[in-house]
Amino acid sequence: MHFAMTDEQRMIVETTRAFVETELYPHEAEIERTGHLPMELIRELQAKAMAAGLYAANMPEDVGGAGLDTLSWLLYEKELGRANYALHWTCVARPSNILLAGTPEQREKYLVPCMKGETWDCLAMTEPGAGSDLRGMSASARQDGTDWVLNGTKHFISHADIAGFTIAFMATGEEDTPRGRKKKITAFFVDKGTKGFTVREGYRNVAHRGYTNAILEFDDCRIPAENVLGEVHKGFEVAGKWLGATRLQVAATCLGRADRALAHALSWAAERRQFGQQIGKFQGIGFKLADMATELKAAELLTWEAGWKYDAGTVTEADMAMAKLKASEMLAMVADEAIQIHGGMGLMDELPLERIWRDARLERIWEGTSEIQRHIISREMLRPLGG
Amino acid sequence: MKVLVPVKRVIDYNVKVRVKTDGSGVDLANVKMSMNPFDEIAVEEAIRLKEAGTVSEIVAVSIGVKQAQETLRTALAMGADRAILIVAADDVHTDIEPLAVAKLLKAVIDAEDPGLVIAGKQAIDNDMNATGQMLAALTGWAQATFASELKVEGEHALVTREVDGGLQTIKVKMPAIVTVDLRLNEPRYASLPNIMKAKKKPLEEKTPADYGVDVTPRLEVLKTSEPPARAAGVKVGSVDELITKLKDEAGVL
Repeated sequence: MHFAMTDEQRMIVETTRAFVETELYPHEAEIERTGHLPMELIRELQAKAMAAGLYAANMPEDVGGAGLDTLSWLLYEKELGRANYALHWTCVARPSNILLAGTPEQREKYLVPCMKGETWDCLAMTEPGAGSDLRGMSASARQDGTDWVLNGTKHFISHADIAGFTIAFMATGEEDTPRGRKKKITAFFVDKGTKGFTVREGYRNVAHRGYTNAILEFDDCRIPAENVLGEVHKGFEVAGKWLGATRLQVAATCLGRADRALAHALSWAAERRQFGQQIGKFQGIGFKLADMATELKAAELLTWEAGWKYDAGTVTEADMAMAKLKASEMLAMVADEAIQIHGGMGLMDELPLERIWRDARLERIWEGTSEIQRHIISREMLRPLGG
Repeated sequence: MKVLVPVKRVIDYNVKVRVKTDGSGVDLANVKMSMNPFDEIAVEEAIRLKEAGTVSEIVAVSIGVKQAQETLRTALAMGADRAILIVAADDVHTDIEPLAVAKLLKAVIDAEDPGLVIAGKQAIDNDMNATGQMLAALTGWAQATFASELKVEGEHALVTREVDGGLQTIKVKMPAIVTVDLRLNEPRYASLPNIMKAKKKPLEEKTPADYGVDVTPRLEVLKTSEPPARAAGVKVGSVDELITKLKDEAGVL
């Protein structure tokens, strides 16, 4: 077992960090204030990200990505995660790995434009009535001749406003399972502009300003059979196989933001003087710093280990759930304490702390709530005992 | 034409430097180290010359501890073609002095026969600003220091130098030693695909003995100390009082 970064990993971190600090940080305040990421800025930063080879670097080399191993990819995600989410996700996009599951024609039509930065993908699963219980979804697709006809509503669909297409998960039947009757799910590519497919503005929310969510409505939306991604009724299998490490991606971006918050807290604790000394010398502040650093390191080790095991082929669902659970809860604690150490100044938008604190709230909810992660972990513990 | 670019591993410019308690130097244990920023500019300039078709090969050289291979990997990831590491010290606190570095570089030049050496004007750790000049003396080549612009025209290099109070443009016959200043260019990021490719580029490891050079220090460090802490300021009650103080006490008005 060894914990040293390779030369390549060190340089990936350095390049990504330098890019984030030089190119993304200067635009954060504006986006936090307006809640809007202008397309001209997106185009300018996309070009710079492409020149640095950072754009879509999560993808394999043969489709134009950087061909990073999972651990290197997570190190890159951590650095990107430092910045405002809309900025790094949109301008240094990481197209969903599920696009690799497509047929050669589907890759050409959907993956290639995403790699070139001409468009973005989005995934539509969540519904008003189906959050954690995805297989309880009601949006459906029925076959009509060789076509499929889609009906229903999806919401909380991230960045659907700029995406050129969506990958919609729809119920296409029911089956008996050991845990009762469940929906069969199929994944479909639906192009923006398809008749019967509407993208409506979503909700305003507390986290990730500038990063939009949308409501998607399907009203007798007719699409051809070639738009099925993977096999009919096997939508969750496709998602399970290709979306595997998204929980680790969330964990890694949390690490970056926590690291940034901790760095602010640390330098403030060393600079700020009250009652005649650095506030960091008061045990009440010093111990907070110690706890923050320890929690951050614990979350990092869980994330890196899960990433390493992912490539070794030995990762379990619980490994990834633990990393996501720990990193997102750690971030909430670190962001909160960083503000506490700063006092009133921590709440002002002069510093990135108030937004890191707001953004942290989302991380315990998306990609599976903390409760779902705990369910996954405990289920894996109890199963061998007949649980 | 082949270009030689010497690069030094130095304490990262963002790190708050701490003097060792015994005053023998700066504490470098577990401190972030990076390529000397002026050397990054030198690497960038070499790459631009290669992109312009003036240069065919870029060889990066580093002299120091074994860990300097990280610095060389960065140079390779930026775009250098191959690298030579001369391991001249075991302890990260050992600084190889400019004369020893210049002698080693002279030996590398004899073996590699480059048409141009592009180096940083100085390293940000000891600020010697000597290696390039010493190397010019040892090789008998022309030197152009503090470059803010570099153009290669046939047998000559046109170099704009940042001198006191302005700019000076000189024409030197190549082979030559050019040392670069801050405003020459803005170094690129080592792009992710190039980082992955750098792994496959050759990095040769040598020792000073291979070149018959003695790197024993000739300088003795007597003491290293922190800059004196700034004295506390005074608060003035009014603009008039400030002006009086600036006139009578500070003597700047």
